[in-house]
Amino acid sequence: MAFVDLKGVSLTYRLGKETTLALADATLSIDKGEFIAVVGPSGCGKSTIMKLVTGLLPASSGEVRVSGEVVKGPIKGVGMAFQNPTLMPWRTTMDNILLPMEVVEPHKRRFRSNRAEYEERAMKLLQTVGLADFARRYPWQLSGGMQQRSNLCRALIHEPELLMLDEPFGALDAFTREELWGVMQALWLEKRFTGVLVTHDLREAVYLADTVYVMSKRPGRIVLTRKIDIPRPRSLATTFEPHFVDIVHELRDRISQEHA
Amino acid sequence: MTDFRREALRIAMPWLATAVLLVIWELACIAFDIPEIILPKPSKIFTVFVARFDILMAYCWDTLWTTVIGFLLAIAGGLLLGLAIGASPFIYSGLYPLLIAFNAIPKVALVPILMIWVGVGSLPAVITAFVISFFPIVVNVATGLATIEPEMRDVLRSLGATRTEILTKVGIPRAMPYLFASLKVAITLAFIGSVISETVGGNNGIGFLMLSASARNDAPTTFAGLFAIAIMGVLMYAVCALVEKRMTRWAFRGELVS
Repeated sequence: MAFVDLKGVSLTYRLGKETTLALADATLSIDKGEFIAVVGPSGCGKSTIMKLVTGLLPASSGEVRVSGEVVKGPIKGVGMAFQNPTLMPWRTTMDNILLPMEVVEPHKRRFRSNRAEYEERAMKLLQTVGLADFARRYPWQLSGGMQQRSNLCRALIHEPELLMLDEPFGALDAFTREELWGVMQALWLEKRFTGVLVTHDLREAVYLADTVYVMSKRPGRIVLTRKIDIPRPRSLATTFEPHFVDIVHELRDRISQEHA
Repeated sequence: MTDFRREALRIAMPWLATAVLLVIWELACIAFDIPEIILPKPSKIFTVFVARFDILMAYCWDTLWTTVIGFLLAIAGGLLLGLAIGASPFIYSGLYPLLIAFNAIPKVALVPILMIWVGVGSLPAVITAFVISFFPIVVNVATGLATIEPEMRDVLRSLGATRTEILTKVGIPRAMPYLFASLKVAITLAFIGSVISETVGGNNGIGFLMLSASARNDAPTTFAGLFAIAIMGVLMYAVCALVEKRMTRWAFRGELVS
């Protein structure tokens, strides 16, 4: 039984009298501990899939199941990271990262009395992303890359079973982005959460994912499912190997058909 | 110019500008031979200000405390209503037109009604200060809440946060800079409110003092009253600005780093 299961899911946005079919008949299943990536032309409903899986948007038709249960409202305890780091400027990096602890059970109940323990845990996470010295700084005192690292930490601190990443590295420069792929992979190898990455960077998708789904242009349909059989841990060197490059080309060809 | 002199000049500028204005005023009065009953010279106003300092202070005190109480009530009420309006689209659509309609009413028209209800004295002044300074606070707090980034909301919702949690963890902190920014506007309006009330129908406060002075054709005292109000307004504004900086340092980013 797959951990996340989408069966014939469609979503129609309604804006006044106009209706837009954003996602058409999506069927996909994600195993527990699997890392998948969704790629496709812009505006194809990639982010819509994320919102459907987390229950932030109700599906117009079809069925979304997470760990066997039909998703009806926002499911709890999911980690989320967007392109915009959405850190709270009035909280230090540490307090930002601890935010899920104040909301998610069972941490919520224990948070006040065990704050030191949680801070230690956050500190460890900050160390793995190389931000240990910046815990007491405010987000606006950090660079874009650092903010995005903190954002990842916040999404992961409560060790969610499901991590949703919506172009989290999209606004970063190429060097920082590639560095954070490594950080992301290391975190995944350690914690083995189920990951859903939405991106339009094909190299990023192939580097991080076990399975890449290619979507058509609007209304989005899944037109290609590609298992990535490259052994882990993958490195930047891997991205230049012929097999890696072949897969990227294969995906790119499929997407350019969409633009034709 | 050295940094030190530049900074010294920056601090001196408001005083210099005020001094220049007063000098021009003084010279204009002398040059055009303006009668005192129409426009007294600043030097004369200053003399009266000093001579009647005790009386002025006593009346100022009345105005100050009525204003501040009205203002504090406006903060409490404005914050509550602003949060309610910003948090719920239903309350928003229900109350917003009413609020705008109410705000369009000239507050001076309310004073006679208030006097029928609660009599003459400090209470009408407190209420007028409250109703006049209430609106900007409500609007600003509601705006602060309404402009929460949707992604921020999504992050919290997918963690399983309740509406109340989203309000306390994001909404309220986020609305704070908007609240404090509105206080600077609201405090000056509160002074206008209480002085209007004292002028239309009061038996104490600086507005009452000015009204009785002008009834005696005592223009210098009337003007001394105006100056007193202006000074109180600037002082209270400064207090609000200080509180704002203290409470929402994060909103001033760059300046905090040093």
